[in-house]
Amino acid sequence: MKYKLGSYAVAAMMAASPVMADLVFPSLSYRTGPYAAGGIPFADGYADYFTLLNERDGGIGGVAARVLECETGYNTEKGVECYESTKGEGSLVYQPLSTGITYQLIPKTTADGIPMHTMGYGRTSAANGQVFSHTFNYPANYWNGASGAINYLMSQGDIAGKKIALVYHNSAYGKEPIRTLEELSEKHGFELMLVAVDHPGQEQKSQWLQIRRERPDNVIMYGWGVMNQVAIQEAANIRYPMENFIGIWWSGSENDVLPAGDAANGYKALTFHGVGSDFPVFDDIQKYVVDAGKAAGAGDQIGTVLYNRGLYAAMLAAEAAKTAQDIHGEAEITPAMMRDGMEALEITETKMTELGLPGFGPSFNVSCANHGGPGLIGMTQWDASAGTWSLISEFSATDMDVIQPLIDEDSASYASENNIEAGC
Amino acid sequence: MFYREAGDFSTTYPQDSQTFPIKFDRYRYYFVLAVAVLVMPFVMTDYLVNSIFLPFLIYAIAAIGLNILTGYCGQVSLGTGGFMAVGAYACYKLMTAFPDVNIFFHVILAGGITALVGTAFGLPSLRIKGFYLAVATLAAQFFLVWLFNKVSWFYNYSASGQINAPERTVFGIEVTGPNTEAWATYLFCLVFTVGAAILARNLTRGSIGREWMAIRDMDIAAEIIGVNPLRAKLTAFAVSSFFVGVSGALFFAVYLGAVEVGEVFGITKSFLVLFMIIIGGLGSIFGSFAGAAFLVVLPVVLKIVGVDLMGWPTDIVAHFQLVIVGGLIIMFLILEPHGLAQLWRVAKEKLRLWPFPH
Repeated sequence: MKYKLGSYAVAAMMAASPVMADLVFPSLSYRTGPYAAGGIPFADGYADYFTLLNERDGGIGGVAARVLECETGYNTEKGVECYESTKGEGSLVYQPLSTGITYQLIPKTTADGIPMHTMGYGRTSAANGQVFSHTFNYPANYWNGASGAINYLMSQGDIAGKKIALVYHNSAYGKEPIRTLEELSEKHGFELMLVAVDHPGQEQKSQWLQIRRERPDNVIMYGWGVMNQVAIQEAANIRYPMENFIGIWWSGSENDVLPAGDAANGYKALTFHGVGSDFPVFDDIQKYVVDAGKAAGAGDQIGTVLYNRGLYAAMLAAEAAKTAQDIHGEAEITPAMMRDGMEALEITETKMTELGLPGFGPSFNVSCANHGGPGLIGMTQWDASAGTWSLISEFSATDMDVIQPLIDEDSASYASENNIEAGC
Repeated sequence: MFYREAGDFSTTYPQDSQTFPIKFDRYRYYFVLAVAVLVMPFVMTDYLVNSIFLPFLIYAIAAIGLNILTGYCGQVSLGTGGFMAVGAYACYKLMTAFPDVNIFFHVILAGGITALVGTAFGLPSLRIKGFYLAVATLAAQFFLVWLFNKVSWFYNYSASGQINAPERTVFGIEVTGPNTEAWATYLFCLVFTVGAAILARNLTRGSIGREWMAIRDMDIAAEIIGVNPLRAKLTAFAVSSFFVGVSGALFFAVYLGAVEVGEVFGITKSFLVLFMIIIGGLGSIFGSFAGAAFLVVLPVVLKIVGVDLMGWPTDIVAHFQLVIVGGLIIMFLILEPHGLAQLWRVAKEKLRLWPFPH
């Protein structure tokens, strides 16, 4: 029996060994566990965009893209296992969709020379490309999010003397914005109240009792997975005014607001890309992917917020791969070339329109020093009766006077801990 | 035919009381050790080491630790994850506070610190037993995780609350950090695992082990025949926590490199190690290894068979894994409460008589 299992394993390894004629985009997804509600639509969007490229354009620069899916369950150990099992297949760029796994992989990917793109999550100071050579987090990061939320509140009226609560996932992810918000509270004179929610966040009665008692003027939430739904339900239970409740972009999908029904009406969430399926690319997805029966997963997530984000992530990866092909004049790029492509990535409005995504995201350039993009943040609001998110503000700049020094400080401490010479 | 004492004469007492008194068994043990030390490092790859061998070796230490407490001394503990966290954070604080001291000693010291913490949490075991003790250790689990999340001194005030293992070397070869060679981390953990196994095996064969087992089998009777329950229970907690702490330190420093306490050392970790000793066999050092190997290799094999070979969707395979592990635990509890170790024992008995069982 042992021998048989062993030979199966060998056969599997041989079957999975690299066939070099494609561009491999690993998708460290999670379709199980308490964070699956977020993981499924993102993974579907990521896979569908590459399917679309293969079906419509014959791949990227004539080379087929292959999405290699590996289930992490949002668990760092499985994430490491997935990374090790996929990196040998010529994986071009990792997008783990988990801040914990990102922290794990930053040193590993740098040592292996494979780029990693953590779009709107991960270690914020990775925006400093001088220290984090292989990690990218364009077009926006957590600290932009924190500042964007405060900027939005300031546009609604004076916030000096007001009390703002941060309800956060008690992990590396949720703790990210605290420093920024502390700096901002000093600068603008609002009072910050920290409310931690432990993994996975199914039990939040005491936290919301505290909010009910202390009556903060606004609540900002950095939550993920099942924690979001519970928080919105609890906020509704204590009749907290939804329009004063703002979620980060990971707390603003349909899955988060639907369980609370009408009570969730007016809930707001930040975003760094467009919402809805009112873009030409979705017609192509319908035609080449859905109608062809090649949609990933159950195919029921198309046009949702997180599906769009997965699509956007795949689009940026594909564009970076094209850029890399242009730079090096080779169709079959390596991870090192991919890194060059990501660093030279230029997204313009013309390009977005060509791709069928006009106005979907900001125009930006990535450079060797700046891996973080422009950090333009918009605000969306949930309409419970129509069941849609709508953009209620322009994509606007955030307070880089506060964020940049924090990025420099944090990346400098990472550099000194790990003996990294600042590059560029 | 195999495992027979026939022709195996002991002429001295040490010969008679060695760990593997049967010649065949002894040679098999030497063979496994030789393969592990002399052959495996040369075939080690990043994939093998990170998805199978490091977790196996490290979980084996944790399982040995828990087996001493639960399997040998009969004190149920659900605090394994918390104690592993103590080892990890102790190791991190030592690594960053004394960068010039060799990582080897940090890991040992981390185990020592965990032993102290474990003893402190073992004190209630003198008064409460069974389910109630399980609940007390569960409190330890939650308290420790909360503590490492709350007090930022433990993670050197880093903004994310994560701890990251800096690069450390043994004989000039890196064993922690991102630039390690697969064989180096493998050998480093192997040394600890083999050391832990030998230590645990000899402790459980000696007088202290007999005290633990006496307490396990019937604590009142043990007290009457002169076993001091205070000493027996607290030493079991201390020794067990030492091993668990060492495994936690290795888990953080060598295997993961970056750790977030709530996610890595949560209650699921406590249950995982408990399942390992249940499936492997309570009160058996071999069982600790078998259980750790089983629960580490099973998901990997299921993934290879399900996703790579059969091409099933990843979520189906992940769900199947839960079903299969759950089913196996129920099956073992009903059919073979002594776990894989008992199957091995039965197999050995059969092999003795094979091929002429009558």
